[in-house]
Amino acid sequence: MPEYTLNINGQSKKVNVDADTPLLWVLRDTLELVGTKFGCGIAQCGACTVHIDGQAMRSCSIPISSVKDDVTTIEGLSPDASHVLQEAWREHDVPQCGYCQSGQIMSAAALLASNSNPSDEDIDDAMRGNICRCGTYNRIKKAIKTAAK
Amino acid sequence: MTKNSTMQIDKSRRSFMKVSLATGGGMLLGFNLLGCKPDSPMRAQVIPALPTPTQWFDINAYLKIGDTGLVTIMSANPEIGQNVKTSMPMIVAEELDVDWKDVVVEQAPLSQDFDRQVAGGSQSIRYSWPQLREAGATARQMLLETAAERWGVEAADCQVSNGVITSPTGEKLGFGEVASEAAKREIPTEVKLKDVADFNIIGKSKTNVDMEGIITGKPLFGIDYKAEGMKYAVALRPPAFGQELDSFDGTKAEAVNGVEQVFQFGNKIAVVANSTWAAMKGKKALEANWKTTGTLENSELHSAALKEYANKLSAEPRRVDGDIDKGFEEADFVFEKYYEAPFLPHACMEPMNFFADVTEEGAFLSGPIQTPAWTQDRVRNVLGYSEEEMDKVRIDMSRMGGGFGRRLYGDFSEEAALISQQAKVPIQLVFSREDDMLAGTYRPASAYRIKAGMKDGKMIAYHLTEAFYNGSMFGAMPSNFPAGGVPNYRVDCHELKTNFTTGAWRAPYANFLAFAEQSFFDELAGELKIDPIDFRLQIFAEAKENPVGEEHNYDIDKFIGVIKLAKEKSGWAANKDKKNLGFSAYYSHNTYVAEVAELSIQNDFPVIEKVVCAVDCGIVVNPLAAINQVEGGVVDGIGHAMFGDFEFNEGHTKNINYNNYRLIRMDEAPAVDVYFVESNNDPTGLGEPSLPPAGGALANALAAATGKRHYRQPFIKFMEELKG
Repeated sequence: MPEYTLNINGQSKKVNVDADTPLLWVLRDTLELVGTKFGCGIAQCGACTVHIDGQAMRSCSIPISSVKDDVTTIEGLSPDASHVLQEAWREHDVPQCGYCQSGQIMSAAALLASNSNPSDEDIDDAMRGNICRCGTYNRIKKAIKTAAK
Repeated sequence: MTKNSTMQIDKSRRSFMKVSLATGGGMLLGFNLLGCKPDSPMRAQVIPALPTPTQWFDINAYLKIGDTGLVTIMSANPEIGQNVKTSMPMIVAEELDVDWKDVVVEQAPLSQDFDRQVAGGSQSIRYSWPQLREAGATARQMLLETAAERWGVEAADCQVSNGVITSPTGEKLGFGEVASEAAKREIPTEVKLKDVADFNIIGKSKTNVDMEGIITGKPLFGIDYKAEGMKYAVALRPPAFGQELDSFDGTKAEAVNGVEQVFQFGNKIAVVANSTWAAMKGKKALEANWKTTGTLENSELHSAALKEYANKLSAEPRRVDGDIDKGFEEADFVFEKYYEAPFLPHACMEPMNFFADVTEEGAFLSGPIQTPAWTQDRVRNVLGYSEEEMDKVRIDMSRMGGGFGRRLYGDFSEEAALISQQAKVPIQLVFSREDDMLAGTYRPASAYRIKAGMKDGKMIAYHLTEAFYNGSMFGAMPSNFPAGGVPNYRVDCHELKTNFTTGAWRAPYANFLAFAEQSFFDELAGELKIDPIDFRLQIFAEAKENPVGEEHNYDIDKFIGVIKLAKEKSGWAANKDKKNLGFSAYYSHNTYVAEVAELSIQNDFPVIEKVVCAVDCGIVVNPLAAINQVEGGVVDGIGHAMFGDFEFNEGHTKNINYNNYRLIRMDEAPAVDVYFVESNNDPTGLGEPSLPPAGGALANALAAATGKRHYRQPFIKFMEELKG
């Protein structure tokens, strides 16, 4: 199996996996970074969202062989859970089941990094790819607005 | 009613068993984490305010107190997103009189120590309310008596507050200082419960106890579970209902890098590998032949059968008051409508999965399950253990990435156990999204025909006919509104059979029946040119003044209470002619909910702006979380009424992933304003009750906006009507 060197959450990691292995499964099974969730496998639900070179990407649909840039997962979003979005998630008690929330936070973090004062439409556009069956959308939106203040 | 009451303690209750054993000799807890890794979901994620104790003292099954005063409260019920892992321990902490910041919560495994370890029917809080209060109050009493004895004073003269006991002369002892002795005391036979007015944890918002784990990506969920030597497994199941495995060739699958075992189990094929991805690739490489052994059903035939039966009387109607034939004959206006809903998958965000380690000694399973006790028995059975060997199956519960009824059914736990047994290694079984959609326990397709007869503006006849696959409304549901308020009333039910696997789906029966009923009342009010809220209130008045037949299942005053609150908060009187409003109210799972949806049409498409929601669930334990449940139920109900399209053809569905099974997304979700009726009544539940009225509120607002009525779900499928 080929060896890949990844820069994940500021650390260099070597992994030996098949070239077509999606980044999601390298994170979850090989590196045991399970905060990135499996939801659909076809980039439709957003549960597996990570940052690659600062962009929100669906890790279920990116083969490891094509990952060249720095990867940030929910575990590396902040060193001490103090990212403005994590603070806002606490304040608004956003999660219900919680499964989709790491993907929601990662999509929102990429949005705020490029747009510090998003409108409702900006938030809808950025977050449309993240499904929450529990229906926490209103709180997610409120938390993003709180974090943007 | 919850009052300042003295409660007789039933010491035979299982939650006290540990204590009675402990009093025999040293109750030190060897708390068993069942071999989990240190970062397992079993461990509490919250960093406590007090130092970590060196010794823990087991007061009862719900409670242990450390020598530093830190309190661990066990959360007995499965956490599925309904917030019981926070709100149930809050109830224990309230009666214990401990500071919430000095509490850590741990998920309990399946244990004989607890009653009803189930997530279902919105019943966790309602059922466990007395036990949780007792658990806290008896522990408080034992701690108090210990301190009083040490001081040589009467317990009744001491005070307890925030984990500290104070003597009449002002001496103080923390819970941690008396816990070791307290644990050896007899359980008090009577305890005084707090007055509602003295609550200082219940009724105050507390953040989800798993918040830190959720927002930092800790392994909380079943699919996150890892164990030494664990392999990953996937299963190939028949592609259609009505088909079975004929033969297969696993050669290509076995050749996939990482695949370790391929074998048949029952009617399915297992692929066991060293990673999830390898197992999934192996499954794709399987060459399987299927044979048709049953009927390959399709949605069109289901529709035709539902319609046929909805037009028939049944031999044994569920409720009959008066004579509907006579009523319809005397009526000056008769109105009749037919409503139909498709099968629906649960589509939980976390696909089904389970960990199983089956050895000669027994089976250890861990994962997301709403019914651990039932699942223990199912797993025992498939593994061939006798009933006496029940203890050979141990089950841990993880946090669940949604359930909505799907995780009531432990079919995936059985599969995991069988695969581990045959593979002779610990495995984690994972469903792909497609597996999850194809091997569901679907909300059954159903239909309702409703017919009402009016005379001089009064409803004198009401006839509801249900046609339902693999089930039928149960319990007191035939005595739902408007039973009791109509002199001639009848409910008929027909159960049709399908070979699809079906089961409970969030707010079973109510999730569609409420839509049918509340659409019907709204449309009929329109025909009669009566305000739809006044129309319902008129029937309630009738039921109150001249109740008809046996008991109805709802409390008229509580129902009216939420209706009036929703009316007031939505500005109904002022807005109903200016805005597109849709009203709906429903009683289910012991909770009353009324909703007003407000909608606008933009570019020929409805935009649901807001839903005002009034709820009576008794005492609200944790307001912030309670509002979350209500908001979520409304969004979920609207989403499925609008988009939930699931069609079968030849026993198979093509709606197998989120690209062709549509769930509501952020830009489609309305704002939800939630108001609770102030109440000192014992709490009921909130996991389901806000969902049933949502579809009706939406349909009624759509009718107000467009003049068009929707009788079938999902509405999106019939939206071209909007453009007419």
